[in-house]
Amino acid sequence: MSFLEMFDVLNERLIEEGEDPIAFDHDCREGICGACSMVIDGKPHGPWAQNTTCQLHMRAFQDGDTIIVEPWRAKAFPVVKDLMVDRSAFDRVIQAGGYISVNTGNPADANAIPIDKKSADDAFAAAACIGCGACVAACKNSSAMLFAGAKVSQLALLPQGDPERKTRVIEMVAQMDKEGFGSCTATGACEATCPKGISITNIARLNKEYMRAILSSEEA
Amino acid sequence: MQYDHIIITTFYSMAFDSKVPKGPLENKWTEYKDHCKLVNPANKRKLEIIVIGTGLAGASAAASLGEMGYKVKSFCFQDSPRRAHSIAAQGGINAAKNYQNDGDSVFRLFYDTLKGGDYRSRDSNVYRLAEVSANIIDQCVAQGVPFAREYGGLLSNRSFGGVQVQRTFYAAGQTGQQLLLGAYSALERQVALGNVQVYDRHEMQEVVHIDGKARGIIARNMMTGELERHFGYAVLICSGGYGNVYFLSTNAMGSNVTAAWKAHKQGAYFANPCMTQIHPTCIPVTGDHQSKLTLMSESLRNDGRIWVPKQKDDKRKANQIPEQERDYYLERRYPAFGNLVPRDVASRAAKERCDAGYGVGTTKQAVYLDFTEAINRYGKIECGKHGIDNPSAEIIRHHGLEVVKEKYGNLFDMYEKITGENPYEVPMRIYPAIHYTMGGLWVDYELMTSVQGLYCLGEANYSDHGANRLGASALMQGLADGYFVIPYTLGNYLAGEIYHKPISTDHEAFATAEKQVAQRIAKLMGIKGKHSVDHFHKRLGKIMWEYCGMARNEAGLKQAIQEIRELRAEFWQDLRIPGSDKEYNPELDKAGRVADFLELGELMCLDALDRAESCGGHFREESQTPEGEALRNDEKFMYVSAWEFKSVGEWELHKEPLIFEKIQPTQRNYK
Ligand SMILES: Cc1cc2nc3c(=O)[nH]c(=O)nc-3n(C[C@H](O)[C@H](O)[C@H](O)COP(=O)(O)OP(=O)(O)OC[C@H]3O[C@@H](n4cnc5c(N)ncnc54)[C@H](O)[C@@H]3O)c2cc1C
Ligand code: SF4
Ligand code: FES
Repeated sequence: MSFLEMFDVLNERLIEEGEDPIAFDHDCREGICGACSMVIDGKPHGPWAQNTTCQLHMRAFQDGDTIIVEPWRAKAFPVVKDLMVDRSAFDRVIQAGGYISVNTGNPADANAIPIDKKSADDAFAAAACIGCGACVAACKNSSAMLFAGAKVSQLALLPQGDPERKTRVIEMVAQMDKEGFGSCTATGACEATCPKGISITNIARLNKEYMRAILSSEEA
Repeated sequence: MQYDHIIITTFYSMAFDSKVPKGPLENKWTEYKDHCKLVNPANKRKLEIIVIGTGLAGASAAASLGEMGYKVKSFCFQDSPRRAHSIAAQGGINAAKNYQNDGDSVFRLFYDTLKGGDYRSRDSNVYRLAEVSANIIDQCVAQGVPFAREYGGLLSNRSFGGVQVQRTFYAAGQTGQQLLLGAYSALERQVALGNVQVYDRHEMQEVVHIDGKARGIIARNMMTGELERHFGYAVLICSGGYGNVYFLSTNAMGSNVTAAWKAHKQGAYFANPCMTQIHPTCIPVTGDHQSKLTLMSESLRNDGRIWVPKQKDDKRKANQIPEQERDYYLERRYPAFGNLVPRDVASRAAKERCDAGYGVGTTKQAVYLDFTEAINRYGKIECGKHGIDNPSAEIIRHHGLEVVKEKYGNLFDMYEKITGENPYEVPMRIYPAIHYTMGGLWVDYELMTSVQGLYCLGEANYSDHGANRLGASALMQGLADGYFVIPYTLGNYLAGEIYHKPISTDHEAFATAEKQVAQRIAKLMGIKGKHSVDHFHKRLGKIMWEYCGMARNEAGLKQAIQEIRELRAEFWQDLRIPGSDKEYNPELDKAGRVADFLELGELMCLDALDRAESCGGHFREESQTPEGEALRNDEKFMYVSAWEFKSVGEWELHKEPLIFEKIQPTQRNYK
């Protein structure tokens, strides 16, 4: 039985007993939509490494264990009910620049720009972020640098992302501040918690992109 | 036709026009684009459009329409548009690029898709899909979608079932995620520019109809329970498939039919509802508490070999069964396509073996998917590349494992997390599961339903896949509809609408629709019975799987209709929803969806009953070849069934005849 199926059983029982069930976010139940979000025994997404709450299995626990479950805690993610939080701040960080400005229409042939396999693979590894927010929940500063770093890296590693490189990083960082995410003090808790193994080198790349953008805009 | 208490009134009618442009197949879309009406930029700014859904279809449509200058309102029930179910798609997306120079072409993709669908889809729509497929890849690459690449820097391809070329583009086992994030970022860019407004955690509950045209919706804010009225010059339903009518499926937990069903009840015909896809490679059911089934991507059939023991009820572990005692039944029965036969064929073959007593695992409802040979083959190639002479079996395996890990790592990990077994060491156990629904709202060539101004895109429509969908074609269709079709066809309609002023949401049609929604919610809350929503949903799922699943017959379908009617009555008497409707109440949300599934399930069985032939995923036991293959009956059933809603449990059947311009339907043969 999966951890969330355990919640289903619990809720079903609560309902049949006339109690209110416990509200939690979930949808795909296979570790890809990023909806599920529980702090389990103090750890976002629970005890297994590189795993989401929905992929956690009850075999991770002993019979009779007491399990403590809490919602994500961060100023930028207000709790909305029981174990559910509001993560719309992430959408607004993406709105600030997490895209390539290309309209639907007639782009060049997909093979017109070859991209070396390593850059393509690195970009993919960064793009694997599911936007769950565990990195923020794990960080003592509630920083969103791993999330933002992943997006900035993906687009910085690809030639298509080049033209908007400077404005993207500056705007996304400004939006994170505005949303109330804290600053990064490089404790690495985010990387250790991330279900998708997003590497902390993405934060280093964001910092480098940011310095470059600031320096070059000062020169201009 | 009359079956006991089931009455089907049939109209062989052209009461509805599919608006297919004249001229040869390959010119139709160009013709259409050259002559469709346009809306000038100043007018676009005044036109509000409602898009339900932010999956590949909805996000690509909303972003593209926003870019064009329309004012778009975009709705989803998740907390962010990025979490739409498309995110879970694994294996890949097809396109007729012919990068592999293996003979692919627009015609071939068209032909494969039509044949794969067992000739039960409209050829003009399918041809257009094949035609725009190449543009999709260009568009996504321009957005920064990181598809897999070769060392030379060019895009990589893999094979999928039912075809003999390599035309599938992919991003590891996360293709849907990468494509959706591409569309999502395009959408968020339009939000930032003020062209699109997103309403997340909102559920569409009703279509508002004024003077025969769709003019808006009633949506429920799921956090507060408030009912909202939204006006739009057009409404686009992009709400995904209805596989969850079976309770257990590979769909996300929230996937539902509600948006499409409300549209249906407001006059949109529902087409081919019985056409559902059962995917051959899913992790088998393990227990009663199971909430969903997990897909193991079809891409695994590129390298995995499917087998069962030759001996009945063999108790030995997989590794203890010698090669000559294994039955690679797909390779045996279908030498030309082997493990890469289409999904419907592979699923039925697995069921056949298990029913005959050759299944494996504790439940005996599973077959093996084995990578030993692939690991060995790749290992040898890698050793060759690295110049290792006479490598030991261990070295070969080591290198082979690396290749398999790179190709399918995330899927293998997922398998291990769920089953606790390491698939690199022991073969996977798999069994077919409900995965996709080819049926959906009937649409014409412009993707408009039988209601003016009401469109349907993506999995929610029936358009392109007939009786069976080929792998990697749903992502293609969703993006084709949203990026490349609707931007033209919607303009053709709206050009005539600019003369109408926007309608105030105080209009009585909005008030009536809102009242209906409120009454229905009050009715659900007021039942105060004993059982939870899941209790009824699971029972419905069992009926559907038993009688309207992998094999169907007349007696079973009649039985199912009876049982569904009884269950529906019981639901409305004995459901219990805790809490109130003025707060976030997931039980209420589920209840509304299951209430709709309980009506849809009946229609699916009715459609399956009407279609007394086997085609694609719809297997009527009465209609099979001596070898047990699906037997079509083109003389009687060469049509799309389009059901018109009359009242709950009562429909009228319209038939859209299928006429194929360029190809002659033949009995499918993958031998
Ligand atoms: C596990 C899995 C793997 C797959 N892999 C592949 C693959 O490799 N290749 C391939 O081609 N296809 C694949 N498919 C199929 C494909 O993913 C889907 O058919 C496709 O993504 C559907 O896209 P969509 O945009 O039509 O709908 P969805 O992505 O399902 O989006 C539906 C949207 O509608 C919204 N919605 C629904 N109802 C309402 C309502 N009442 N009110 C408001 N909003 C609503 C939802 O919030 C969501 O945003 C896979 C499917 C599954 C289940
Ligand atoms: S970086 Fe990792 S932890 Fe943070 S949102 Fe992305 S997937 Fe979740
Ligand atoms: S429910 Fe989708 S990642 Fe957990």
